[in-house]
Amino acid sequence: MSQLMHPDSSLFDDVRGDFYTVNFEKGSRENTFILNLGPQHPSTHGVLRVLLELDGEYIMRAEPVLGYLHRMHEKMGEIKTTGQYMNNMGRVDYLHAMAWNWAWAGAAERLGGIEVPERAEYLRVIATELNRIASHQVGWGAYILDLGAFTPILYAFEDREFVLDLLQMMSGSRLTFSYFRLGGVASDVPPRFFEKLREFIPYMRERLKMYHKLVSGNMIFKERVEGIGIIDREMCDRYGATGPVSRGSGIAHDTRRAEPYSVYDRFDFKIPVYHEGCCLARTLVRLDEIAESLNILEQAANQIQPGPVQPDKPLKVGYKLPAGEAYFACEGGRGKIGVWVASDGGKNPYRIKLRAPGFSNLSLFAELAKGTMIADAIAILGSLDLVIPEVDR
Amino acid sequence: MGHFMIQRSINYVINLVKGLWSLIIGLSITGEFFVRRKVTVHYPRQVVPKEASESFRGPIELVGSVKDPSVPRCISCMMCVTACPSGCIKVVKNKAPKLTPEEEARYAEAEARGEKVKRPSAPKNPAVYEYDFTYCSLCACCIEACPVDSIRFSNELYLAGTSRDDFKYDLISRLERKAKEDPKAASELLPGPRGPKKMVAAEAAASSENASEVSA
Amino acid sequence: MEILSFWTIVQLVLALVAILIFISGNAIILVWMERKIAGYIQRRPGPVEVGPEGILQCVADAVKLLSKQILKPTHADSLLYWLGPILIFFAVPLIFMVIPFSPFFTAYEVDLGILLILAFSGINVLSVLVAGWSSNNKYSLYGAARSVSMSVSFEIPLLLAVLAIAFQTGTLNLSTIVAKQGGWPWQWNIFVQPLAFFIYFVCAMAETNRAPFDLGESESELTAGFHTEYSGMGFALFFLAEYANMVVVCCVATALFLGGWNGPFLDGFWWFLAKAYGLLIVMMWIRWTYPRMRFDMILNLNWKWLLPLGALNLLGTAFVLKLIETPCIKEFLEGWGIL
Repeated sequence: MSQLMHPDSSLFDDVRGDFYTVNFEKGSRENTFILNLGPQHPSTHGVLRVLLELDGEYIMRAEPVLGYLHRMHEKMGEIKTTGQYMNNMGRVDYLHAMAWNWAWAGAAERLGGIEVPERAEYLRVIATELNRIASHQVGWGAYILDLGAFTPILYAFEDREFVLDLLQMMSGSRLTFSYFRLGGVASDVPPRFFEKLREFIPYMRERLKMYHKLVSGNMIFKERVEGIGIIDREMCDRYGATGPVSRGSGIAHDTRRAEPYSVYDRFDFKIPVYHEGCCLARTLVRLDEIAESLNILEQAANQIQPGPVQPDKPLKVGYKLPAGEAYFACEGGRGKIGVWVASDGGKNPYRIKLRAPGFSNLSLFAELAKGTMIADAIAILGSLDLVIPEVDR
Repeated sequence: MGHFMIQRSINYVINLVKGLWSLIIGLSITGEFFVRRKVTVHYPRQVVPKEASESFRGPIELVGSVKDPSVPRCISCMMCVTACPSGCIKVVKNKAPKLTPEEEARYAEAEARGEKVKRPSAPKNPAVYEYDFTYCSLCACCIEACPVDSIRFSNELYLAGTSRDDFKYDLISRLERKAKEDPKAASELLPGPRGPKKMVAAEAAASSENASEVSA
Repeated sequence: MEILSFWTIVQLVLALVAILIFISGNAIILVWMERKIAGYIQRRPGPVEVGPEGILQCVADAVKLLSKQILKPTHADSLLYWLGPILIFFAVPLIFMVIPFSPFFTAYEVDLGILLILAFSGINVLSVLVAGWSSNNKYSLYGAARSVSMSVSFEIPLLLAVLAIAFQTGTLNLSTIVAKQGGWPWQWNIFVQPLAFFIYFVCAMAETNRAPFDLGESESELTAGFHTEYSGMGFALFFLAEYANMVVVCCVATALFLGGWNGPFLDGFWWFLAKAYGLLIVMMWIRWTYPRMRFDMILNLNWKWLLPLGALNLLGTAFVLKLIETPCIKEFLEGWGIL
């Protein structure tokens, strides 16, 4: 039964590790050892791999290894027409697909000089904010799951189902949305949609109170995340962190406010900011953003007027972008989403660059994790709310 | 200094008591949910209500023509095949009916007489319309490209199969089957996200009628 | 030393068989209960398909685990690797031997029952260490190291809490301790020693590696901790032992603090089981509510709170006992009918 191996056995060559393990530079400390956290690990949210150099429970060095979920989304843009590329956007960041839809539609519209009807702008806002709520619910729930509580994520998912029902009414899908079109949205919402939306908003506000009582107020949770993984403003600037990560560090930057696009300047909403910069601050920013999204939804539902949702002559799937380049940024659940598109006037775009906020946010991790314990590193990684498909694109 | 220490210890104790109380609140919340109604749907014994799946985009299907619901409206223009980003649609055009030698001879004769001959042309509807759902990303490109509103999304939620081939659909025979079951449903155009693009304009008109309701 | 008579041996063997049946039956019920409680808390029905309300789900799982291939990771230490799951299960039946379910259902009455339980439960730690060390997996090693350092430190306040009861009752015999308590809640030891009960319960959760103290497993950090590499029967034994250990600590708590088999009416083992199951439900409820504590938080809780509190409680108990045994106070108290 037993296979006793001589230490010199050639089998040891296989277990020595791959390129990253072999080329991982250890620090000057003696008696440390290397641990591969991932790519298959319960709390790396997909296939992130982090190489850790450990001294006991303490992390000496952490190095994220990316690329396990690289799907060439940027390259795919070069072989697809503008309309065909829209469904790729739903798959870059599956949790906040609407914002990515918007980023691509916005960039292409800016380059093509396409006008969007007002009703479509409002529908875009409603779709994106609903999706932001869904995204933060997953982020929040999964974060608590990382910290070892199993139940809150299921409460979050219970509420997320209502959001997804609403989004399904709009777009027909529940996760990988392809709702936006150049110059508008795919279809108008059924009349009973707004009724359901108005029912949902007060319900969700009640549930937010419960979230705060069950988790944010919990002693163990607070002890786990308060003062852990502190990011300061300077560090955010250095790494280009955006979204809840930077807002948790006192930077009141929100693309919706800083570079108002669409009809966002018509809504009255706050940008939640916390100055502690710790994991707790980032989590609270997300919960507060749910509340703010609800405010925006309420106002949007009141302001929306009937009208067309696409130009009179809807653009074809094979719409050719004029030669030139354009950049469009919008606020996603994880930070600033940017799409840069260059076109030579041909059938397909010449080059597309996607700026994924998760990528910048992840780059903070190596510095943050230094000197923390494994459990804290997991808490930090979770508080960055990463979606690995988005990081790798 | 001493005052400060006392203040700190008092705060510490207050926080501790608050913390312990928060633990009890946590238990009371989970305890409350323990006795509340369950929210899951026990598939396959239960399925979601019909209105929940009404707007769901399932695999695409062909829309039957108004005259004969078992024949698709499709005119084999290949727009959907071109529009599809994943190449999951395969359409084969119908060939013109083969002429018998006598007919052929008759046409040749007529041509020889110098008459203008119109040979029977190929039927417009496709001979084969195959659809590979395993590649489809439900982006609605084909539906928007279709000039005759012949494609729409079905709302099949519960798809399961034991092999990849289970999801390669022959949409024509599927339409025939559907038309047999419910001819009206097979040929109607649907509102909402599942419907073809012409409906967008129709709905906009409808929503402006309901203007008062929407802005209420 | 007294030589065991033939009948005692027969009794022991019968008890051992009964205990093994009890443990496996209990595990099935407890796993089912845990899943149901988790499900209901999370607003889903839990297992429902196999058997009425899914009670046979655990049997189906056990059959699956039994039929799985026995795997051992490369370069694992065979002997220790297989010793781990066996060892963790080894002590459990012995501990059950001394638990007084009722005056009749006590497998083997010894005067040092509590001591025996505390001694045997230490084997638990050893098996976790052995399993984690021999798996040749870094996660297992971390899980084992965490689990061992936690268990070892939590044994001290546990001991202090139990000692307070031993002081108070003047015996280490579980049956006697139970017999000294009454049927109504205010006649139980928990009424006299609430702090000791609290300390005992927290330590018991830590000793059995239950959330929020499940550092040894902590699946979101160490995938599965010390039993990462175990599958099939090895995993099943760890699983079984976890629930068996839960039953043990809850049974001991029932005997020490909750009046054991005594009830307001119809004394018997049903009271014992009801109380023990009540405690088990609370343990499950806690598991499905709280996030996991961090390693240093747990040790801080132990060394900075539970240990001093336990020691103070013990000192207080000793002091009060000494005080009421002083002749004049004793007379005074007897005069008022308190003692």
